[in-house]
Amino acid sequence: MKVSVNASIHHLSRVEGHGNIEIRIKDGMVETARWDVVETPRFFEAMLVGKLWENAPWICGRICGICSIGHTLASIRAIENAFGFAPSAQTARLRLLLKHMETLQSHILHLYMLSAPDFVGTGSVFPLIESEPDIIRRALSLKMLANDLCDFIGGRRLHPTKTVAGGFTMLPDKAGLEEFLPRLINALKDLHITAEIFKTFDIPDFARETEYVSLKGNGNYPFIGGDLVSSDGVAKKEREYRAMTNEYIVPHSTSKWSRLSRESFAVGALARFNNNFRLLNTAARETASMLGLKPVSHNPFMNNIAQLLECVHVVRESMDLIMEHLGSETSAPRVRVEPREGAGVGAVEVPRGILYHSYSFDRDGRITACDCVIPTSQNNANIHMDIAELAKRYAGAGYKDYDIGLLASMLVRAYDPCISCSVH
Amino acid sequence: MAGKLSYLGVELKRPRAAFFDFTGCEGCQLQILNEEESLIDFLSLVEVVNFREAMTEASDDYDIAFVEGCVTRDDEIQRLNKIRSNANILVAFGSCACFGGVNQLKNRFPDSKWAEKSVYGNHPVETRKAEPLSKHVVVDLNIPGCPVNKKEVEEIVLNLVLGKSVRLPCYPVCMECKANGVVCLYDMGEPCLGPVTRAGCGAWCTKAGTGCWGCRGPAEDCNLELIISMAEEKGIPEEAMMDRIECFGGFAQKLGELRGKTPPKAGGTG
Repeated sequence: MKVSVNASIHHLSRVEGHGNIEIRIKDGMVETARWDVVETPRFFEAMLVGKLWENAPWICGRICGICSIGHTLASIRAIENAFGFAPSAQTARLRLLLKHMETLQSHILHLYMLSAPDFVGTGSVFPLIESEPDIIRRALSLKMLANDLCDFIGGRRLHPTKTVAGGFTMLPDKAGLEEFLPRLINALKDLHITAEIFKTFDIPDFARETEYVSLKGNGNYPFIGGDLVSSDGVAKKEREYRAMTNEYIVPHSTSKWSRLSRESFAVGALARFNNNFRLLNTAARETASMLGLKPVSHNPFMNNIAQLLECVHVVRESMDLIMEHLGSETSAPRVRVEPREGAGVGAVEVPRGILYHSYSFDRDGRITACDCVIPTSQNNANIHMDIAELAKRYAGAGYKDYDIGLLASMLVRAYDPCISCSVH
Repeated sequence: MAGKLSYLGVELKRPRAAFFDFTGCEGCQLQILNEEESLIDFLSLVEVVNFREAMTEASDDYDIAFVEGCVTRDDEIQRLNKIRSNANILVAFGSCACFGGVNQLKNRFPDSKWAEKSVYGNHPVETRKAEPLSKHVVVDLNIPGCPVNKKEVEEIVLNLVLGKSVRLPCYPVCMECKANGVVCLYDMGEPCLGPVTRAGCGAWCTKAGTGCWGCRGPAEDCNLELIISMAEEKGIPEEAMMDRIECFGGFAQKLGELRGKTPPKAGGTG
């Protein structure tokens, strides 16, 4: 039987930013299957030109309303690398702790508020406030822990105020930090219950062979800086990121696209998991096996599950980081950095995948060039091609307009796209 | 959700609220979800009927529209006009909506096409000067901040529901900073716009050891020339002050006069 499908979704909901899905299948032939980013472009890379280096983290953090901490840290790392500055162990530890809490708050926001409604058949999380108050209280408590700790270390959960090149404007007080330990222990329990809930969800069994790109862990599951790797075997240094991202422009999208060994590749929790599975802590690996996620998984819907086990990983590791900090001598919060002529790259694994900031400076530390490559812009080509494959397969299996539109929406949401970021 | 709310014995109508996003980071909307402790109480105050980032259902029947982001494309003007005609109260939500926010930094280049060419090369991309909502529609209420301060938002929404008038503080951040017992950052050589910026944030940045960047726009009777010369006395260069003054667009009116004296050092001349 020759099938026909028309599914058109304008300004997809429960994602950050504006994107459209367009699927048309006529008599069994896919005429159109598109993911169009229609977000207004913002020109951060131009805005910074001519500005002194101190402006970059403050302005660039504003690229994203969800992962502003990750952008700020990538920007700071690019500056420090350009100026030949290595942060102290204390600074590196606190930055990682801050990063972990951003990962937790972003993943919990995505899992519970953006993704879960599809699996329980509601249009948003709001009806669950009355029907499933315990679940919502648990989600909010996890998110609040992450945000409270972000406030405590970074000064503010959104657009942090204490993070600067050279360290922090001020340090968290140790007694206050210690008070987070019982909350983190409790979070592990809450995440276990979360995993039990997600285990009951009917995650679509769809896979398309994909190249996965992430940082390459060196002893630890990677988050801030280091070498770059792809599941097809490409390995590059952080400063060679352009050879990994290969951005190009397509006419139907205000976000640039990327490719590497194939037409498209994917970044994000699933990419990190696939490339660095062995470096996850035991608790996270147990969560993976409980939820049936094994490397290498080519099912994009499993990005939800990869995010969930990353939550477990970062909570467990945050406890270790706090203990380590409590047992260490306190050093100066901040060391002044001295600008010099040159260029620097900062690669950071933000919740949605690997993020790069790259700046060139003149000898006064004035920015002469700026380039930011965002996880979602790296994913957009892959999302586009997944949609075509998904439409073809499910139309062939007899699915109709509404269901294919819903599955395509769930697919895009599984990538947790940050669209306004992608058109920075 | 809580039962019916009342005030002085009068049952309160729960207004229908809608959230919209234009050019920006969508962080101000997320601040609504980011205040986990009071989120459920907040949702008992208003009925959210349109919030694309959080819900699939969308209604055009609403009383209050919270609009985040600034305008940078023609289709946004059309969308904004439609929201204006649907809403009784239109709130410019956050610094991008109020002043253009960081987005308006692209406006500063003498060659308006330079930014487009430098990011997209010869590929044509539609954009226009970044402008606040009030350039295109009547705005009933401005809630500035990058990001908005959720405590202030909750207080304002409560007053809207109760039918009380809403007034933002007209005194500067300096007052809140002093009330918090923060050592003046000028004495530590840090540039700061606290003396000229509208309060209401609770001295968010200065408490954290970072000088104010003026995201809430000018306080009453602000004197930029004076603050620049004050900073110079402390050894803080004019450029560091200008970077802050122009960052969020709140001081745009005053900036034109100052610019005459200090043209931007940015690229974009070619």
